[in-house]
Amino acid sequence: MRGAAAVFSKDLYSELRTRYALNSLIMFVVVTLSIILFSTAGESVSPSLAAGILWIIIFFAAMSGLSRSFVSEEERGTTMTLQLWVKPSSVLLGKLAFNAVLIYVLNILIISAYLLTMQSFRVQTPFIFFVTILLGSFGLASASTFIAAIISKANSKGTLYPVLSFPILLPLLMSVIDATRLSVDGASVFEAFDDFKIMLSYAVVVTTAAIVLFDFVWRD
Amino acid sequence: MKNWMKIGVGIWIAAVVVFGFAMPIGNIPGLGPKARIIFFHVPMSWLAVLAFFMSMWYGISYLRKKEIKYDIKSATAAELGFIFSILATITGSIWAKFNWGSFWNWDPRETSIFVLLLIYGAYFSLRSALENEERRASLSAVYAIVAFVTVPFFVFIMPRIMFSLHPGGEGSSAPIVNANGKMYMDMNMRYVFYASLIGFSVLYVWLFQLRTKISLIAYNNQMENE
Repeated sequence: MRGAAAVFSKDLYSELRTRYALNSLIMFVVVTLSIILFSTAGESVSPSLAAGILWIIIFFAAMSGLSRSFVSEEERGTTMTLQLWVKPSSVLLGKLAFNAVLIYVLNILIISAYLLTMQSFRVQTPFIFFVTILLGSFGLASASTFIAAIISKANSKGTLYPVLSFPILLPLLMSVIDATRLSVDGASVFEAFDDFKIMLSYAVVVTTAAIVLFDFVWRD
Repeated sequence: MKNWMKIGVGIWIAAVVVFGFAMPIGNIPGLGPKARIIFFHVPMSWLAVLAFFMSMWYGISYLRKKEIKYDIKSATAAELGFIFSILATITGSIWAKFNWGSFWNWDPRETSIFVLLLIYGAYFSLRSALENEERRASLSAVYAIVAFVTVPFFVFIMPRIMFSLHPGGEGSSAPIVNANGKMYMDMNMRYVFYASLIGFSVLYVWLFQLRTKISLIAYNNQMENE
């Protein structure tokens, strides 16, 4: 656990020092959002469509930002040092914690920008929306952290990342989009319970599988 | 596999095709003669999922024993599974055209086979992006396992929660195999169905052995040349 905390704080410090990931991700979100706004200008976007678009932004933002956690270690050649100093599970947990924090910060930015610019996107049931973001982002972080570890060893990392992540993430994406749509439609909390169950079990299953399998990815 | 089995499987499947079209199957409410697709579509889907399971299984064996033959078997199973998923998609799509009126309409079942195709596609792109053999073997095994643990969400949970028109789904009017696992098929239909299931499974085993043998020989040749 101390190893995981050390990996987490190392990543956090190097991020705070350069703000590489956050800066480029903010720009990514601005660009994507403005493309969507340009193409929907003057159109009335239905609330359920707006719910889907929100998750498209979040998914691709995650795909462009989260792979760095492992790819940068590979690029800087610091993988060996990490392998020597900390247990594999600590590396995974530390990176996962950092990515989770990154995606939560990013989601706060995305959602506030989205609420400001997208007129038809009005959350009627805040509780559903809050739980969806909380559980959904964690599931997203944990699956994409693990896939990042896999692709960091491969060629053509950038294109491979969304290709490998999408099929793994799809059950999660379907249920978060459904739950977001429910929260915009003003459904009662009970209606979203099935989706919450999927999100929670998804996060648990994927995180467990990642911890069990990470040894094989990390050690050559 | 013995020679008589190879010839036998050819005759067996030919017979299944003939009986699949000719056998009287009784009247099934809502489906009628269109229900005959079950003789071809369900074995394909079953093999697509079985191959996926075998790919994961050999992946686990590779991770435990680190012998390259398990990786070859895992990849072979995935290749065959990919072919059978395409066949399941095509047969299902043809049926959907005549029963639901369109080739593709994102029914949960259609979504789940689509995801299976995507996973296979991703698996092959991962394999081609890794040059080192051991690394390719262990990383693709890991990916197959992670993909496998998320598949139950589609195959079993999603169609039960979401409204599906697929026979066996919640909103279906024609339960052949329904959610609580009971089958409503008359005897004739059952015989042909099981015969088809057995025939295609044996065919799968044969293809699997053949492909594995070829890949092993190719691998050994490559090792000798280096």
